[in-house]
Formats: sequence, structure tokens, C-alpha cells
Amino acid sequence: MLTILYDGIAYGMLLFVLACGLSVTLGLMNFINLAHGAFAMAGGYCTVFLVNRLGLPFALGLPIAFLVTALIGGLFERTLYVHVYARSHLDQVLFTIGLVFMSVAAVDYTMGSSQQFVQIPEALQGQFEVDGIGMGKYRLLIIVICGLLTVALQLILAKTRFGSRLRAAVDDQRVARGLGINVGAVFGITFAFGSGLAGLGGALGAEILGLDPTFPLKYMIYFLIVVTVGGTSSITGPFFASILLGIGDVAGKYYVPKLGAFVIYAIMIIVLIWRPQGLFARGAAR
Amino acid sequence: MTANADEVARYLKRRARWSPFEIAFWIFAFATIWLFPGKYLILKDTAILALFALSLDLILGYAGIISLGQAAFFGFAGYFAGLVAKYGIINEPVIALVCSGLIAAALGFVTSFLVLRGSDLTRLMVTLGVSLMLGELANRYSNITGGADGLQGVEIEPVLGRFRFDLFGHNGYVYCLIVLFICFVIARRIIYSPFGLSLRSIKGNTLRAAAIGVPVKWRLVAIYTVSAGLAGIAGALLTQTTAFCSLDVFSLERSADLLLVLIIGGTGYLYGGLIGAVIYKFLQDWLSNLTPQYWQFWIGLVLVVIVLIGRERMAGWVRIVRSLLVRLGTWLMPRLPALGGAAPDGR
Repeated sequence: MLTILYDGIAYGMLLFVLACGLSVTLGLMNFINLAHGAFAMAGGYCTVFLVNRLGLPFALGLPIAFLVTALIGGLFERTLYVHVYARSHLDQVLFTIGLVFMSVAAVDYTMGSSQQFVQIPEALQGQFEVDGIGMGKYRLLIIVICGLLTVALQLILAKTRFGSRLRAAVDDQRVARGLGINVGAVFGITFAFGSGLAGLGGALGAEILGLDPTFPLKYMIYFLIVVTVGGTSSITGPFFASILLGIGDVAGKYYVPKLGAFVIYAIMIIVLIWRPQGLFARGAAR
Repeated sequence: MTANADEVARYLKRRARWSPFEIAFWIFAFATIWLFPGKYLILKDTAILALFALSLDLILGYAGIISLGQAAFFGFAGYFAGLVAKYGIINEPVIALVCSGLIAAALGFVTSFLVLRGSDLTRLMVTLGVSLMLGELANRYSNITGGADGLQGVEIEPVLGRFRFDLFGHNGYVYCLIVLFICFVIARRIIYSPFGLSLRSIKGNTLRAAAIGVPVKWRLVAIYTVSAGLAGIAGALLTQTTAFCSLDVFSLERSADLLLVLIIGGTGYLYGGLIGAVIYKFLQDWLSNLTPQYWQFWIGLVLVVIVLIGRERMAGWVRIVRSLLVRLGTWLMPRLPALGGAAPDGR
């Protein structure tokens, strides 16, 4: 029981790191980015390439994965995404689904369709026991890293100048512009950072989530659940949503193995019907 | 007042008249039965896809509801048609087809209440969630549906007791084409009715439509139900003509491809889905011959490019071509009264 809770929290933390970039882009620009998973996949494959092929240490692979995906994200944002912000939601959905299809086929072509595994160091494998509960070391690492990231994100958002600009832009874009905040630049940086986080999540999660070319399609729905259920106005909302989702998913797969995903989708639909703006969102509707 | 109503009625009638171009389109469509005898399988798939896209166009193009879950109805009715044929509950394909459509419409009616709430993103998630849930259910009850192996052992009786589905797909294609035509006529009737006009007004400005007395909610429920029924008929057609049904009828790819089909053809006019299906199938066939494993890449590229160019601009080109063709049609028709089918058909 506690093992499930533990695994669920690790899984949820991972989902949060993967999805928080998406929640910010959605909240900031009202932009539906279905291709977010593609950046996570890019991070995962980047680590696989660095660690398995080039033999770099795992601890070095993670930050590089972050940087590379952030770079790719920033590049895509400046060259492609900027043209689509003002369009209708239908256009955004089409555009990003197109990107997903392209990324799936491109990864299939370059890396092959089989599942990839990152070689994690010996020290992180295996379990240790606390009060008779088996806890995977690697999962503990995930919880620690993601927990630190969450705290850091919260601090950046709450304490720094950039954070307050970002919050202002999310709250009311037009007024923020009027106050002289360069919303476009804020958004570009945030997008790149969010993509980088997704890449980091993909790299960390390759072991747990599995990494193959269909990754963006498989987990797209999970990211969207986190964002829609958690709301887009803060990062605590998505955080609790992803922890809930993580525990629910692990517990569901454990207790009702064949209905696991069904339970998740059902809960999502119920929450959306009950609170269309998200479980933890403030009243303000966009 | 009555004079006004008469005028409106006359206007609606004039609008609903079949243009020569439309007649030529359908004559050409039925002529393909004899024109391309070796291509029945791909033609049949195209007809089914066209019907499926038509169903999406009704809600997306006319009522403005974004849906990523049209596959739910497609798959639900597909399994229904397969199961009733397998267990011999309804042996006659046409009756089974109608029943499948009705049951999909019933599902559409029930789920429509979920879809009508919230923003675009919520709708997207709910429609997608419904189709994924059905997929999970089909996977869970694999003793009924066959699970990942698909529904096997489906025996389809001859249509109307006379026309058996043959190996070359001739009867299957003719059957699909006739069903497509009937469904198209129904959809056309709906769109050109006052009901269809009110849908357009809802899409244009929901608030104002409600203010002039259009019952927005019930109109949307109705069109969503009809659309689900048509999608169900398309799914049942696929099961009946292939005597097989697998889990991928519920997949996200199917709904996403469908959006692409509609976007290629253009939303908001009835031929969009049909033309899009033809172009899409042609593209897919060509690309998968070119690069068997990676054709999805090119499909994705097409989507991205279409959006970057701008759908309005593309729609503008389509409109120019269409008006040219219509003009050509009206110019040709009086001259060639007996040869309507010979009118050039660029699409």
C-alpha cells in the first residue's frame, strides 16, 4: 500500500516536471500545445544518445538534455509557434498534431522503433527498505530532483522580477503589455524553459515511462489531464493534479490492472464536468 | 409578414437547389464503379472516410465544435455491427447498418451533454476522453470484443439477401457508395433547412443567436447526435465490408487523421469531407508507396504547412476554383443536356 503511494508520488512528480511547461504556455498565451510530449521525447532520446552511445555519465546527461531541449524549444517558438498564437484553437490543434506526427516519424527513422533504455548508474539501481517498505533508489532520486525543481520554480515565480512579470502576463496580457512588459520575450523564455523541463522529465522518466517513438502520443493525454484538471493559473494546481494523477494511475494499474486507464479518463471527465476551469483554478475564466 | 415568410421560403429553396456541378460530381462518383475496376478496395476506403469526414464537418464546420473524439462513435458502431453479425442477432446488413447508426446516435445524444460545456480545450479533452474510455472498455472486455486481436469470425450475410460481399470488393464499394450518397442527401437536407441556418448563426455568434431566439443548446445536441449517427454508419460500413473490427478504430490517430481530411477538403461546405477524403487517400497511397514506414511524417508536414499558410487563404483558392467550375458547369449544361457526366471534374 505504502509502496504504491511512494511509486505514485514519484510518478506524479515526474508528470509535474513534464507538464508544468505546458500549463504555463496554455495559461499565458491560451495556446493549446499538443506537441509538448515531443520535447519530452527529445530530452529522453538526447540522454539515451549521450549516455549509451557516447558513454557520458548519467549526471551529466540530464542537464545537457535540459539545455538541448530548451534550445530546440526556443528555436521552434521563435520560428514556428509565433505565427500560430493568434489563430483559432482548431488551427493550433492541427499545427501541433502535425508536429507530433512529424516528430514520431523522424525519431522512428533516426533511432528505430524499439523501446530505448537509459543506462542508469549502479548506485541508483536496486531498493532499500524503510520500515519494511521497499523503496526504489531511482524513484527516490526522481522525487528529490523533482521536489527541488518544484520549490525552485515556486520561488522563481513568487520572488523574482521575472516571476512577477510572468504572473502579470498570465493574469492580464494586455495590461501587462501596457505596463511595458515585453510579453513576447517573457513567453519565449518561458516556453524554452518549459520545453527544457519537459526534456529533463523525459530523460528522467525514460526508465519509468518507457521511451519509444510513440511517446508524445501516448502521454499527450496525461499532460493535458494535468493541465486541465490543475488549472493554468498557478503551479500548485498542476502540482497537486499530477500527484493525484500519479497515485491514481499507479493504484489503478495495481488494483484493477485492466481498467486502470479507464478510471483515469473517467475521473478526468467527471472533474471537467464538475469544474470546467480545473480543480484548483480560481474563478476567473479566460 | 406572410409575404416576408414566402420570400424567405423561396430564398431557402433557391439555395437548396442542386447545382449542375453537384450533379456532375455524383455522376462521376458513380461512374468510378466502371472506370476503375482494379481499385475497389481503396475506393471503398475512400467512400467510408468521406462519410466519416462528412459527419465531422456537420459539427466542426457548421456548428463549430472542435472534436478529437469522433472515433468513439465510429468504433462503437463498428463493434456493434460486428457483434450483431457474429452472433446472428441481425443478419441483414442494411438493417444492421441502420441499427448501428441509431445506437451511435444514442451514444452521441448521451455524450453531447458532456461536450457542450466548457471551452475548446475542455471539449477537446472530453471528446478524446470518451473515445479513449471506449477503447479501454473494448480492451477490458476482450472476451466479447476479442481485445487486441480484433473481432474475428464475423460473417456478413449478402446485402438484401442477394449481393454477397466479394473478394474484389465490387459489391462492397457499390454498397458503400450508395450509403454515402443517401447519408449525403440527408446531411444536405439538414444543412439547407432553417435548422441548418440556425446552426450557422450559432457558429457565427452564439450570444446573438441565443438573443434572437435560437435554442442554442438543443440545436447543438441535435446536430451532435446526427453527426454521431453518421460516424456510426461509417464505422459499421468498415466492419461490414472488411468482416473485421480492431481496437484501433478508437485510436487518437483516427480522429486526428479525420481532422486532417476535413482540413484538406475545407470545412463548412458539404463537399469538403468528400474531396478531402479523395485527396487524403491518394496522398496516403502515394506516400506509403514512397516511404512505407514514415508516411506519417509527410502527413504531419502537410498539416503544419496548411496551418502556416493559413486555412482562410487556402479556402479562398478553393472558392475561386469552385466558382470557376460552377460557371463552367452552368455554361456547359445547356449545351450538353445529355452528357452531364462528361463535365470536367477537377477534384
